[in-house]
Amino acid sequence: MHSPDGQGYSPAVPGSYSHQMPAKVPPHQSSGQYSYSGSQNVSQLNNFQGPGQTLNRPPVAAFSGSPVQQPGPAAQVLPPALQNSAAVSGAGSFPPGASPPVLSNWQYSQTPVSQPLGAQTSHLAHVPGTGSAQPPSSLPGSTNPAGSYQYAASPGAPPLQNSYMKPGSAPPPVTQPLTPLHPPRPPLGPPPVGGPPRPPAAVAGPPSAQSVLKPAVNQEGDARSAASDGSVVQNSYDAIEGGGLMATPHHSPAAPNLKVNRSVGYSYPALPPGYQHTSPPGAPGMNASALQYPDGSKHFHQPALGPNHLTASMAGLSLQQEGLRPVNLLQERNILPTTLLKAPVPNLHEDIQKLNCNPELFRCTLTNIPQTQALLNKAKLPLGLLLHPFKDLSQLPVVTSSIIVRCRSCRTYINPFVSFLDQRRWKCNLCYRVNDVPEEFLYNPVTRVYGEPHKRPEVQNATIEFMAPSEYMLRPPQPPVYLFVFDVSHNAIETGYLNTVCQTLLDNLDSLPGNTRTKIGFITFDSTIHFYSLQEGLSQPQMLIVSDIEDVFIPMPENLLVNLNENKELIQDLLKTLPQMFTKSLETQSALGPALQAAFKLMSPTGGRVTVFQTQLPSLGMGALKSREEPNQRAAAKDIHLTPSTDFYKKLALDCSGQQVAVDLFLLSGQYSDLASLGCISRYSAGSVYYYQSYHHKHNPVQVEKLQKELKRYLTRKIGFEAVMRIRCTKGLSIHTFHGNFFVRSTDLLSLPNVNPDAGYAVQMSVEESLTDMQVVSFQSALLYTSSKGERRIRVHTMCLPVVTNLSEVYLGADVQAITGLLANMAVDRSVSATLSDARDALVNAVIDSLAAYRSSVLSIQQPGLTAPFSLRLFPLYILALLKQKAFQTGTNTRLDERIFTMCQVKNQPLVYLMLMTHPSLYRVDTLTDEGALNINDRTIPQPPLLQLSVEKLSRDGAYLMDAGSVMFLWIGKNCGQGFISQVLGVPNYGSIPLNMTHLPELETAESIRTRTFVSWLREQRPFFPILYIIKDESPLKSSFLQNMIEDRTESALSYYEFLLHIQQQVNK
Amino acid sequence: MGYWEGILCEGDEALAQGAQRSCGCPWIPESAQGQIIAFDELKTDYKNPIDQCNTLNPLVLPEYLIHAFFCVMFLCAAEWLTLGLNMPLLAYHIWRYMSRPVMSGPGLYDPTTIMNADILAYCQKEGWCKLAFYLLSFFYYLYGMIYVLVSS
Repeated sequence: MHSPDGQGYSPAVPGSYSHQMPAKVPPHQSSGQYSYSGSQNVSQLNNFQGPGQTLNRPPVAAFSGSPVQQPGPAAQVLPPALQNSAAVSGAGSFPPGASPPVLSNWQYSQTPVSQPLGAQTSHLAHVPGTGSAQPPSSLPGSTNPAGSYQYAASPGAPPLQNSYMKPGSAPPPVTQPLTPLHPPRPPLGPPPVGGPPRPPAAVAGPPSAQSVLKPAVNQEGDARSAASDGSVVQNSYDAIEGGGLMATPHHSPAAPNLKVNRSVGYSYPALPPGYQHTSPPGAPGMNASALQYPDGSKHFHQPALGPNHLTASMAGLSLQQEGLRPVNLLQERNILPTTLLKAPVPNLHEDIQKLNCNPELFRCTLTNIPQTQALLNKAKLPLGLLLHPFKDLSQLPVVTSSIIVRCRSCRTYINPFVSFLDQRRWKCNLCYRVNDVPEEFLYNPVTRVYGEPHKRPEVQNATIEFMAPSEYMLRPPQPPVYLFVFDVSHNAIETGYLNTVCQTLLDNLDSLPGNTRTKIGFITFDSTIHFYSLQEGLSQPQMLIVSDIEDVFIPMPENLLVNLNENKELIQDLLKTLPQMFTKSLETQSALGPALQAAFKLMSPTGGRVTVFQTQLPSLGMGALKSREEPNQRAAAKDIHLTPSTDFYKKLALDCSGQQVAVDLFLLSGQYSDLASLGCISRYSAGSVYYYQSYHHKHNPVQVEKLQKELKRYLTRKIGFEAVMRIRCTKGLSIHTFHGNFFVRSTDLLSLPNVNPDAGYAVQMSVEESLTDMQVVSFQSALLYTSSKGERRIRVHTMCLPVVTNLSEVYLGADVQAITGLLANMAVDRSVSATLSDARDALVNAVIDSLAAYRSSVLSIQQPGLTAPFSLRLFPLYILALLKQKAFQTGTNTRLDERIFTMCQVKNQPLVYLMLMTHPSLYRVDTLTDEGALNINDRTIPQPPLLQLSVEKLSRDGAYLMDAGSVMFLWIGKNCGQGFISQVLGVPNYGSIPLNMTHLPELETAESIRTRTFVSWLREQRPFFPILYIIKDESPLKSSFLQNMIEDRTESALSYYEFLLHIQQQVNK
Repeated sequence: MGYWEGILCEGDEALAQGAQRSCGCPWIPESAQGQIIAFDELKTDYKNPIDQCNTLNPLVLPEYLIHAFFCVMFLCAAEWLTLGLNMPLLAYHIWRYMSRPVMSGPGLYDPTTIMNADILAYCQKEGWCKLAFYLLSFFYYLYGMIYVLVSS
């Protein structure tokens, strides 16, 4: 693997081994170790495609493959005085005032210009000519050799190198090219920069060589980053990955509503965030703020991690009262806040909380973790995590480093919540093992200071992405492979979906995430299976029919999956002709099972994504299904078929999962298609399910638009291949159950053949050992995947939460939305394993038990009525909303497939969308004003208050917008103001509003503009495109609108008030 | 007549118990033990649940069948006490197999749900209980056989 020619996966790889195997690896190979840029990708790709790639790579277990950590530094720990001096000079060279601007840029992607060049130089050194053979890239590093030269092509800047040089230890990256000149020596003394120990006053003293150089370097870095800002965006992760939704330039004012845009620069305390349980008592850092400790000697005194006892105690006092204030639910009529509910903030020290993971990505049902399982049981609340690990992020720090620092025993990635015992050792926050800090880690590429491991981006960001070296690969990263499987039976042709799909595919062919290696293929099937040979040189695609569906075989080994770029004309040809090819087909049978087997066989050598379009119940070959739905018995919850009728699809999905193939199912069916069985194919292969009930190109134009929009998002969104996700948590906690679409490969490892940014996961946790003596616990999710550009990446999220010992604090930190989300997931499992009514009872019991526990153990004064802690005041409402949701509602009006589809969504959607789906937001939009409006990029976005979901809140002379996540309704009252109807809807009067209106006309009136900005602002916040239905009294969709009026009574369900009374009765029993 | 009957009965019992001892008993506890080890392996991450289920599933039916076979033998030998001790387990086996997840092959364990902490804990507990039961009954049968041989 680490052959001396260094042409492995990336030039950076050997670097990590340089200490281990100095004899084998020429030192100069470790150049480019710290590239924080995507720019290295170019060379990586080239390497990969080059000949002789990696065929004999020894298999390394994906996660367990232990990058050998070099023990070297342990012996090289400097006397503290020397360390101090080094740190001091480092700090001195970097005036505190200058650091925020540098940090704020997050531009690891650009600043270290040296890195790409470093990579190139190593190429040149090994194989003369490779460097020049590299295609010109648009990356600043390579297009601007002058700039890069300064850092990397070392001859020009010897002082720079010396300033970083540390004899005898692993040379910092910049010095790499010269290292051969410095044979390894035992540490002789302080680093040259530091000189003899100096008093802290030396900070202001005469600048050393380094200090002189430093500002220049920084200026250069800044200038470059500023100047190249435009082009930089291409370097940033989103642009590289493609499909990044919001690739905003780094300097552009971040939209306030994007919570992702943490203004990183200012939010970092300059002090290590890490936490020290072992820190000397009375560590002076309790309320250390960023720049208070320029003195290096104090760098390792960190503020005590843990519940924010001191600083926030004042704030905490009021918070405590507010959060625990008992609310009498029966008396509070308007319980819903007027703005969207935000995730509760864990009660941690300010500096720690600033670093904590964004709640949209990683959220816990209890932000105060109970210390023991007994306490958790007493609270009667579920403990679990809700994750959205692959969410599109506008700013994501990407680290390319030769070493990925991980705990040696539990393999945790270094994160902001570890504690640095001193400069050379860090303590894992999950297993508490003390680890060595590798030599390379001491150099901070952001500030370009040596000896500040706690300021590195890995330790400053709870969400970070690493470029993984080859130890993280079982095989060469796979190319993006997309296979489309179309149902072309008579029924399918009738619906006319093929036109829409082929057209959308044609339009988006260029925006499919991928690179030059992208492959694509097509299969169609009715009672036979048709393959399409797209061989180069053919004038038109060649169809091959396999009619032996009992034993499916692939008719030809090649040319069925072809390179997208090289055969684009042929593919476009096929997509244009495909819809017409089967118009005369009379074949009504559908052999889905064999077609899936064929797809699996075709894909198994590479892995990739299979997209299946199906319009009816499969009736032939393996996996044929029988109709199990009996419309008259829908009400009888007993006979409901939520379990699969065959395990064919599940087994096939497991096979697919093993070969890194994911299957996404688009079901466009009018009749019952047994989604419970079919859905397994996606569920266990980490795919997703889309369901379009009664799709027809003429009769149901709304579904057509929905399919178009969703398919576009589906095709162009980011995708990660051959992924695995592991969730680690502090010793004492353990994972109980996972929820989502995946295969659980071991207790904490999920196998995800594909991962997409719209998938969410939930994890139930339990407290296995009591968490005594722990102030905080941490959770870390690590997602290892291959990007569509063929890079292996690891996205790591870490969350830190305080541990509490009494029940009232547990209630104080309860996150009602997360609890609802987790309970919904658990209820889906329950309804599949037991019955639907069991699941409904379990949901109601969850409310009753927790409120009863609160009443009996926390409330000192027994008040009449139904009291809930303030944090759980919406709990009964959300549970009622769940009970009225399609997945769990009773009554005959839900079709089985629809119910199962909603269950799939509950399992697979991120929490935000799940909550919108369960409890939609209702706004009155005919009276929008600019009062309290948001101002984003010169747009004024009105912020109407949220209304409760009750018809009582609707007035006949108003217009109301209901936002249910994937769909929006605009309900127009009968006596709605003439102004609104004419100026927003563009029709003269109420009567002339068309029945199936789905667009707001672009009128130039103030009302229209206000309404449209509001709607588009809502839409922008999610990656998919919710369709807006404009409905009035006669509209067929009125019932779905009214169904979402959760607080009202329906024929089979209680109103909110009745539900509260029911709960009260049970609680007071 | 009665004497002969007694001989026959006792002989039968000895035979039944002999058979149990020679092939059944060592085999069944081992199977239970194997299961415990297998679930422990799963828990500690050593094996892929698919492989593990593939090795475990073929063993389930034989175990159940052998147990049922002994129950039949006890019935023939009119060993009512022994039979009574085994009936609950037989009933449990039947219930367990009836309520297994939808599977095309024989067996009980579904790789997609086996990693669920509840199910894993249940299977492990089941394994321990059965191991204890089989071991105790092994010694009981041994005792019964020796007793019969000595007293006859």
